[in-house]
Amino acid sequence: MLGGKDEKMKKLGDLPGDVIKTAAKVGMEETEKERSASFFHLDEAGVFSKVMEGYKDKVELLDIREALKKHAWLKDYYWKAVDKNKDEYTKNTDELVMGGYYMRILPGQKVEVPLQSCMFISKLRFKQYVHNIIIAEEGSEAQIISGCATTEGTGSAEHVGVSEFFVKKDARLTFTMIHNWSPETLVRPRSGAVIEDNASFISNYVILKPVKDLQMYPTAYCKGKNSVARFSNLMYAEGRSYIDAGSRVILEGENSRAEIISRAIAKDAATIISRGDLRNTNSKVKGHLECRGLLLGKESVIHAIPELLAKGEGSDMSHEAAVGKIAEKEIFYLMSRGLTKDEATALIIRGFLDTSILNLPAELDRTIRNMTEKVSEGL
Amino acid sequence: MPDILEVKNLSVEINKKKTLKGINIKIETGQIYVLFGPNGSGKTSLLMTIMGFPGYKIKEGGIFFEGREITKKTVDERARLGIGMGFQLPQDIRGVKLIDILKICAGKKPTAELSPGEKALIDRFNLTDLLERDVNLDYSGGEKKRAEMLQLLLMKPKLLLLDEPDSGVDLESLKLIGEEIQEYVRKNNASALLITHQGYILEYLKAQRACVLLDSTIHCHNKPQVILNDIRKKGYRKCVKCWEGKTKK
Ligand SMILES: Nc1ncnc2c1ncn2[C@@H]1O[C@H](COP(=O)(O)OP(=O)(O)O)[C@@H](O)[C@H]1O
Ligand SMILES: [Mg+2]
Repeated sequence: MLGGKDEKMKKLGDLPGDVIKTAAKVGMEETEKERSASFFHLDEAGVFSKVMEGYKDKVELLDIREALKKHAWLKDYYWKAVDKNKDEYTKNTDELVMGGYYMRILPGQKVEVPLQSCMFISKLRFKQYVHNIIIAEEGSEAQIISGCATTEGTGSAEHVGVSEFFVKKDARLTFTMIHNWSPETLVRPRSGAVIEDNASFISNYVILKPVKDLQMYPTAYCKGKNSVARFSNLMYAEGRSYIDAGSRVILEGENSRAEIISRAIAKDAATIISRGDLRNTNSKVKGHLECRGLLLGKESVIHAIPELLAKGEGSDMSHEAAVGKIAEKEIFYLMSRGLTKDEATALIIRGFLDTSILNLPAELDRTIRNMTEKVSEGL
Repeated sequence: MPDILEVKNLSVEINKKKTLKGINIKIETGQIYVLFGPNGSGKTSLLMTIMGFPGYKIKEGGIFFEGREITKKTVDERARLGIGMGFQLPQDIRGVKLIDILKICAGKKPTAELSPGEKALIDRFNLTDLLERDVNLDYSGGEKKRAEMLQLLLMKPKLLLLDEPDSGVDLESLKLIGEEIQEYVRKNNASALLITHQGYILEYLKAQRACVLLDSTIHCHNKPQVILNDIRKKGYRKCVKCWEGKTKK
């Protein structure tokens, strides 16, 4: 589609109605007004890529294949944060890549208005392979909201997405990924981030809709002095969903820090495996891992697997994990304030899926809070 | 006017253990009624039973609110009838912010704004800085008690069940809590059943009646100060004995 010059879309609103409606649920702003740049990948091709007026000298956004042609130096980033030979999914992506985006925040640019991207599957039984590269140049700051979805009622599909992040010296990048799949979708994100001196990478992940089988273990390498990686995951699984999601941080730089926070709710016969892994090669580092799980069904399963591998006397690492059902005492405390049992339960669940752990700007926080509120109301 | 609360011949078990036996209490509308008693005598259990908490199994007797039996009503139904509980050990709830629960108490939607009067009350309780924090989580003892009283006052209950509102609070908070409750009760002709150990809060509250709970049952009915003085001088057991001696004569 993209490249078939005449078919190139002028605005996101030109996408089919059901596509845009579902994309909105993963944070896509169809009017593009509240975004500094927008990218849309539909099934096998990128169909939209645009940087808004006023941001053209701040950010660069291209289809990945176009970018590789345009910038010879990009090969120094391609497959440098994720191992190409990691598994069959990375190998297949290398071979079958259909597109993806290249985003670059130019040196020193502070982009307050978020950039947005969406990877979308509308075809039944479609297998999507995309590869994204995100570079936050020295001293830059940006927010990216990235949604992945299938059209409602798509049935079975497969999404494999490689994302490589490079957060340069003094840069600060916040990446928020929201998933909304059909209950028949197989999902394999493969992400890696390299973080330099005094830089921070904040990664948020939100999944509130059923999925067949999702597995991911994004890894951040805190290579720089004083570098920071922070992963926060909000996961709600129902039906027969199977989610195996973790975050890993390798603390290599002196005084580097990491935090991994996850909140998992499993209902019905859903399973969530919530992993976290912190390890260090440099001894002056600090890391904390926190996993909380809430079980809402007799058959629901949460398996928290926190791992710490600390080397050297200067490393300071900790973890907390707690999994259980909602405490009766909490429900009755709220009932004594006049809430019914159902209202009290919904409030506790909404609070459990606490968006404030994501550290988002107000507008994104509202978007995601609206989603978590719908989840707790629907119980 | 019917009594705001009447507990009739109430016996309660917790985990199959008899905790309260043959309790009789009558609180007139507008009255503040004090419940004394040593640790473990069942004071909290009595309040929890009146509020309708699960686990407090009523084996005998009943509870009447404004003349109507509420023994079988759920906790939230009792709250909506106008019974408010200030807990001895307030429950913390991760993710539920103080502001959320204050709006619930005030009967407001999460998106609604607080009124200037409500904001002023929060300010008087010195809790404005805690509004965005999870309710009771990592609060100091005094903060918990102030948050508890603030929630109660926003609920505008007809009957306040106050479980040691003066335990673990500093002198300033004690004065504040005492005066605010007194003012609320006076203005709204509300009533209260109050548990206190040291009776410090009675300096600020005008309580009319008191009794002692000992060995799972009620002894003595008298003016709070009389009972408190007796307990101070002779201890709970002797105080009870003296009263029993008097009634026999
Ligand atoms: N949830 C409970 N499970 C078991 N025993 C309890 C429970 N709550 C209270 N009790 C017991 O009941 C008795 C009365 O306790 P409580 O009502 O808290 O006393 P008070 O408030 O007068 O100090 C004590 O022996 C206490 O250990
Ligand atoms: Mg007690």
